[in-house]
Amino acid sequence: MPRGRAILLGGLFLLLASPAGAETVFQEVTGRLTVEGRYFSQSSIQSGQREQSLSVVAEPEAYLENEAGEGLVLKPFIRYDSADARRTHWDIREAYGLFFGEFEDSEWELRAGIDKVFWGVAESRHLVDVINQTDLVENPDQEEKLGQPMVHLTWLNDYGTFEAFALPYFRERTFQSRAGRLRPELHVDGDQTAYESAAEQHHLDVAARYSKSIGALDFGLAWFEGTNRNPVFSLGFDGQGSPVLVSFYEQMRQLSLDAQVTTGAWLLKFESFWRDGERDAAGLESDYLALVGGFEYTLYGVLGGDADLGMLMEFLYDGRDERATVVTEEDVFTALRLAFNDEASTDILFGVIQDLDKSTRTFFLEANRRLSDNITLGIEGTGFLNVDAQDGQFSLRKDSFVQLDLTYHY
Amino acid sequence: MKPMTRRPGALFLAGAFSAVLALNSLSAGAESPEEKGLRIALEAEARDKGYGNYTADQTMILRNKRGQESERNLRISVLENEADGDKSLIVFNRPRDVKGTAMLTHSHKFEDDDQWLFLPALKRVKRISSSNKAGSFMGSEFAFEDMTSQEIEKYTYRWLRDEPCGEMTCWVSERMPLDKNSGYTRQVSWVDQDEYRIWKVEYYDRKKSHLKTLTVPSHQQYLGKHWRADEMQMVNHLTGKSTRLIWQNYSFAADLDDSDFTKVSLKRAR
Repeated sequence: MPRGRAILLGGLFLLLASPAGAETVFQEVTGRLTVEGRYFSQSSIQSGQREQSLSVVAEPEAYLENEAGEGLVLKPFIRYDSADARRTHWDIREAYGLFFGEFEDSEWELRAGIDKVFWGVAESRHLVDVINQTDLVENPDQEEKLGQPMVHLTWLNDYGTFEAFALPYFRERTFQSRAGRLRPELHVDGDQTAYESAAEQHHLDVAARYSKSIGALDFGLAWFEGTNRNPVFSLGFDGQGSPVLVSFYEQMRQLSLDAQVTTGAWLLKFESFWRDGERDAAGLESDYLALVGGFEYTLYGVLGGDADLGMLMEFLYDGRDERATVVTEEDVFTALRLAFNDEASTDILFGVIQDLDKSTRTFFLEANRRLSDNITLGIEGTGFLNVDAQDGQFSLRKDSFVQLDLTYHY
Repeated sequence: MKPMTRRPGALFLAGAFSAVLALNSLSAGAESPEEKGLRIALEAEARDKGYGNYTADQTMILRNKRGQESERNLRISVLENEADGDKSLIVFNRPRDVKGTAMLTHSHKFEDDDQWLFLPALKRVKRISSSNKAGSFMGSEFAFEDMTSQEIEKYTYRWLRDEPCGEMTCWVSERMPLDKNSGYTRQVSWVDQDEYRIWKVEYYDRKKSHLKTLTVPSHQQYLGKHWRADEMQMVNHLTGKSTRLIWQNYSFAADLDDSDFTKVSLKRAR
């Protein structure tokens, strides 16, 4: 891990030393400071875990731009958490140079450094999104990502958008400490992490993507070949002889499609991949298909005013069925999103993910409101109900929580 | 039948345009009020043709019934596209929690507009529905349909009367949206006969009651041709709320082309 950080920092200094800084015509520093409290309503399964935690997050962002519009971005991230020593962590979310231009009838863009890339259209699970590693200690919804070192070239013309990625360094997924909540039954021992590739974290992963908008349709076709961002676990022992989980990162290939049709108040969404080189829950390596598909329909001007009510439904499927390594192997997601469109931009999202074979049901709630030009208030909650003993999230059955966060934006 | 042309939205123009074309048609004899209304709209559009592109800063001051104010700040870039519809990019700067959020619109003459939103926290570009015409833009008294490009062929027109406005004479005309998603049944506008600038618009909602009034206190001319509003005031008569929209730092003939209005450039918008 220290080595990884050193590489991140090295990349950073290279960026800052780059000559583009000399002719800076625009610069700004923005960012956020967040204070967050979490409360777990049930007492923990593991000893040493607490019912509440307090966290402080800082995420500043510096941006420099030269006359040609080329930019340098630096966005570090740091969290202090009162209850979980592994959730107390820092990262370089972004540190890249941005260059672009035109060549005959095409446009090109180059991003080099640490960056974040999002692929996909679905809300319940970001299935095809594979470039960045999940910063799991941040949130169990897996939406927070670690910065990924990359060279990202985009080529754009009338035929569509072509992108190529070279990913020279792999980031391990973050896991909670023994005292942290929302963790697997056994502690994940980061010191014993192993890789299928002899190059370990230095394996050069590659990806390519083609995307286009045709009328109401937006779609992307992508290929990824390299280190699987999802680890498989094996049982091991730590120095004291206690059983622990050991992460193993395999090499995999993935072909994916994501598409959205936007027509009237309807958004029709579809994501799917075919993946090879991943072991399933039974330890067998087999290729498989996974998909998420559904819709979002919005009613405008409800409650006799400006509010919008969105109705979301998505079906999640993993071809490995009971041998799937994800919890959403055959689930249905339904949610309501109420946006008040008031001065405070108040919005509420409430939803449930129901397993179709088992009793497991996950509720979630997200609400946000602006208190002033600089300050926002957020409430978030997740409820794990009737978690089946065979379910991958069985260890989370007592970890339902509510979270309150206050953020200062500058 | 006149060739189908389009005009930029009220907010994109809010005013009009110096006398470049001869106004021979305005003296036509047996012209129905509908024909006259359409002719005024087409002429206003023709006078603003050829603006190419521009960027500008917008400040919105939202005022609620109790007089409390909050501010919105954004930067808009517009590219003229006579073949189909204008392209626009809006980058939000204030409130700070939405800083860096950007909205790209490719408007169309006949179909729904294409619209994408860039969410900087997730680095996600999201295609969004553009059918929410009547919804509030950023919590202000301006609706989405007031903010986006408005095509001539999406309305029917009728001239009502001539009326003095200040030292000038205004045509008072109404236009009725054809789109069922519009929040309005009609809009009555005051356009001066000297320069085709809009000074006032009354908006009537789906229940046909007088919902909002827009007034434009002053305009400025750019490139010796294109008139743009300095400020707009929208008052909502039902809620008592109002929004002042102040335009600053207009820059015409900026170095913009199609490549500045793509999903790729949306991700680097600042």
